[in-house]
Amino acid sequence: MTIDEVKIGGLGARRSRVEDNRFIRGMGNYVDDITLPGMLHMEILRSPLAHARIKSIDTSAAMAIPGVQLVLTGELLASRNLAWMPTLSYDTQAVLATDKVRFQGQEVACVVADDPYIAKDACEAIVVDYEALPVIVNPTQAMADGAPIIRDDKENQHDNVVFDWEVGDKDGTDRAFAAADVVSELELHYPRSHPSPIETCGSIADFDRATSKLTVYMTTQAPHIIRAAVAMVAELPEHMIRIVSPDLGGGFGNKVPIYPGYVVSILASILLERPVKWIEDKTGNLISTGFGRDIYLRGQMALRNDGKILAVRMHTDSDHGAFFSDAQPSKFKIGLMHSAFACYDIPVAHLTARGVYTNKAPGGVAYRCSFRITEAMFFQERMVQVAADDLGIDQAEIRRLNFVQDDDFPHRTPFGFLTDSGQYAKCLDIGLEAIGYEDFLKQKEEARKNGRLLGIGISTMTEPLGAGNSREYDILGIKMFDSAELRVHMTGKAILRTGAKTQGQGHETTWAQIVAHELGIPADDVVVEEGDTDTAPFGMGTYASRSTPVAGAAVSMVSRKIRAKARKIAAHLLEVSEEDIEWELGRFYLRSSPESGVTIQECATAAYSNVPDGMEPGLENNAYYDPPNLTWPFGCYITTVEVDPLTGVWDVLNVVAVDDCGVRINPMIVEGQIMGGLAEAYAIANMQLITFDSEGNCVGSNYMDYLLPTAWETPGFELHEVVTPCPHHPIGAKGVGECATVGGPAAFVNAVLDALKGTGVRNIDMPLLPDRVYEALTEGHDVSGAPPTRTG
Amino acid sequence: MYPARFDYAAPQSIEEAVELLGRANGEAKVLAGGQSLVPMMKLRFASPEMLIDINNIPGLAYHSADPDGTYRIGALCRHVDLEKDENLASQQPTMAAAAPLIADPIVRTRGTLVGSLCHSDPQGDWASVMSALGGSIVAQGPNGRRSISCIDFVTGPFQNVLEFDELAVEAVVPAPVGTRAGGYLKLERRVGDFATVGVAVSIEFSGTQVTRAGIGLTGVGASTICAGEAATMLVGQDLNADNIDRVAVLAAEISQPRSDHRGSEAYKRHMVATFVTRILSKLLPTTQKVA
Ligand SMILES: Cc1cc2nc3c(=O)[nH]c(=O)nc-3n(C[C@H](O)[C@H](O)[C@H](O)COP(=O)(O)OP(=O)(O)OC[C@H]3O[C@@H](n4cnc5c(N)ncnc54)[C@H](O)[C@@H]3O)c2cc1C
Repeated sequence: MTIDEVKIGGLGARRSRVEDNRFIRGMGNYVDDITLPGMLHMEILRSPLAHARIKSIDTSAAMAIPGVQLVLTGELLASRNLAWMPTLSYDTQAVLATDKVRFQGQEVACVVADDPYIAKDACEAIVVDYEALPVIVNPTQAMADGAPIIRDDKENQHDNVVFDWEVGDKDGTDRAFAAADVVSELELHYPRSHPSPIETCGSIADFDRATSKLTVYMTTQAPHIIRAAVAMVAELPEHMIRIVSPDLGGGFGNKVPIYPGYVVSILASILLERPVKWIEDKTGNLISTGFGRDIYLRGQMALRNDGKILAVRMHTDSDHGAFFSDAQPSKFKIGLMHSAFACYDIPVAHLTARGVYTNKAPGGVAYRCSFRITEAMFFQERMVQVAADDLGIDQAEIRRLNFVQDDDFPHRTPFGFLTDSGQYAKCLDIGLEAIGYEDFLKQKEEARKNGRLLGIGISTMTEPLGAGNSREYDILGIKMFDSAELRVHMTGKAILRTGAKTQGQGHETTWAQIVAHELGIPADDVVVEEGDTDTAPFGMGTYASRSTPVAGAAVSMVSRKIRAKARKIAAHLLEVSEEDIEWELGRFYLRSSPESGVTIQECATAAYSNVPDGMEPGLENNAYYDPPNLTWPFGCYITTVEVDPLTGVWDVLNVVAVDDCGVRINPMIVEGQIMGGLAEAYAIANMQLITFDSEGNCVGSNYMDYLLPTAWETPGFELHEVVTPCPHHPIGAKGVGECATVGGPAAFVNAVLDALKGTGVRNIDMPLLPDRVYEALTEGHDVSGAPPTRTG
Repeated sequence: MYPARFDYAAPQSIEEAVELLGRANGEAKVLAGGQSLVPMMKLRFASPEMLIDINNIPGLAYHSADPDGTYRIGALCRHVDLEKDENLASQQPTMAAAAPLIADPIVRTRGTLVGSLCHSDPQGDWASVMSALGGSIVAQGPNGRRSISCIDFVTGPFQNVLEFDELAVEAVVPAPVGTRAGGYLKLERRVGDFATVGVAVSIEFSGTQVTRAGIGLTGVGASTICAGEAATMLVGQDLNADNIDRVAVLAAEISQPRSDHRGSEAYKRHMVATFVTRILSKLLPTTQKVA
């Protein structure tokens, strides 16, 4: 009688992803697949220069090309008060440049034409007269005396500082340092990379003259935030705006911000009263949209001789590009950077952060980073490695010594977060065992004697995932909760909608599994829909690994509300009182005679055909979930490498990952997330880099320069798991989408530096390209800072 | 992709192609595998008024040896044809080493060796291989055919001596003097990446003595570099650790790398020397065995 939960696709089932049915057969429905009657095409003219005054724009030749419907410039937008728009972090951003261009690739003009070829031809026919200005490409230049002020559009902006921010206990930290036996130091650059989703950004704006309703199909991870923003920017009533985010070809944080292309396509549709499609090309995506990292970190660690960490000091200089356009949980200017060192029992710490403007594309928090956690954990794990080396302590040992112990939760981190669960030492032990730690150390010694360089690197971290709770987290003042709405039809089949937005994470599969777990309705009987603001309940979207912690919790909660109503119906059907019945998966039964019962499907039928007197018919509900805390998954990543001493090329020998993300809803999807994260960690450590030459030209504007690893070079990964349920999540799950990307890079870098041990090299900045490793090895010095750029 | 507007022709013969090229008066481009031309058109770095697609011309897909050992690669021989040819390693060891390192499997199924030479990218691998082998290109124009040595063919980055009304019909590698050995090494950051440094080495030897030697360098100059001077040091000698070392050093000196995001100048020079040494050291036992 009892239902096998795994069989119905409940918790723990390795259920094949239902969305893959259409994706792998080329039957997905992406923005660019949508064609509307009378649709026009928009193309963006971008600035070739990184910093220049616009003296004039001549669009006459473009207008004269047959098939051109409209040419939009900053001037036209300014006349409608649309030349600038607010960003998701209380700054402003140019929609189309009016006064100056501030980065290479900035949007200067748009052409709307009958087809994309004509639009592109017309863009080439626009003549822009630029007067070049001095270019700033890094924080040092931005802060130099006499540096040109990039944001001279802003009143009261007399330098290039975006913000100064600090957190922690400065005096306490100073005191701890004064009492330290040893102080270790580290300075590094976490270079800029780009999430580069396979699908670029795009939109189709469709302003319907008959109804005055605006529908926008667009590539967004957060449709409801966009609806609110469009209402603000375009001054349209919110109920007349419908945002539809159809299938997304990846997001990784790249599709959270509001981009000029969206805004101009909306305006163009309103002006022309026809649908206007804008699909960004790959170069446009790489040079103008939300990137990740680009931050300089330095810090010190106060230690006791035995390896106990006493305090940490950190400073970050972040390069935000020309506009501060990250989505930021607004209380924390540098995101969740201060989650650093959360897995270690460190009494006191202090962090200062400065953000600057440069003549580079805006962004900084995209790419599976959960608001700067990636940089925080990278710095943490590099710092711990350096400290271990300074003290001559084994790198596993120093971590074990400083871990927060299993029975120490809840634990206050040095910067004030509250961690709630974990088994850190157990994860580390499993990882060490899997990689064969002791054996490898011996092997390494042996290899050294033959001139071969082997190395092993460890990275362990816990990170706060699932923004947020509404006390502390909001975007533009909108609190960071999430929602789910469940409708059970009369045959027991159901439709579930949430305010999240899947972009490869597999929500259509996972959410149905949560419903199956809560209600015993087979997952195959639940269809999941997201992304249409007219039908989905309000939510903050999917990024920062927040879907399962927040929207997933809402799915549980709404299912429980449904169950509570079904229980009343069951009591009615069984002709007993509610107290006399029990629940098992999929069924209510009489406590006194368990064989008499009704299934959840029978309750559903009754909800529409036989409700008790006084009860509203139907079986549907919604839930808004405001999590009491973030979730705190733990990851342990261990990597072994061999470095070729004659070329600096390094090969990965083994990668072991031990992840504790609490209860795993669909283990296969979790493993996919971890493998994808590790591939990206490897990529960032090894090759993936957006850099700029001194003129601000982007090196990395196409896939010949911006290297994404293929299956060919990406190493294999061995995955292990530990399950420490989240104490506050309804089904004990924690976020996982970003863990391996966050924790992984330090394992690779630590391994390469371990192979170089004894040369005096403390740091090589990512990416660890062969020439940088070779230089460090042969010269015996650190190779730091932004990588050299193209000359000439 | 949205290239600029262009006309398209698909001639059925070499003669027809040459005539179309002449008529277009320099505004046409030959389309072979399209693996270099199409990306350029996508970025609108190239906006030819006309594409002359040679893929329908019969009889150009060959790669084979004449009875005397002269090796010919037709204009429609794809990278993959060479990669998959099991006999290539014994006849053309340097080519066999290079073929699987060109681009990625997708590009290799369409791109051609001759197209690569015509594209004249300083980072193209085939040009260094051909220059190490002392190869040449046969071009057909309105007045017939002419043969151009690979070393003279390239005049600069993406520039060569082909006239606008000439079609390259084949690449030719002369017959070896004695036994041929060789190798190709390439430092790439990931599959499908162009070379940070590529080194092609070919030696021919009779008995234990080197009779001919060639070295071509990829990615370390404004065009393919023929390090002939370095290679010829070996002629008349038995290969040994000493002369390998000297050749390697000289090849590195001849290279003209520039520092960029792929690596510093010093590093690239070092890699040239390392690769020359690695290839020749690997060949060393082969040359000794013959004796
Ligand atoms: C992702 C990617 C990675 C790559 N990586 C590498 C690499 O690692 N190493 C490498 O060497 N190459 C690489 N390439 C380039 C590839 O090898 C091309 O195939 C080759 O350079 C050109 O050959 P094609 O037949 O495709 O020529 P096309 O693209 O068709 O033509 C190239 C140029 O040569 C001209 N042309 C072609 N054939 C003739 C002819 N018979 N007569 C006169 N003119 C002619 C064309 O007009 C054009 O100007 C890569 C390409 C891509 C897309």
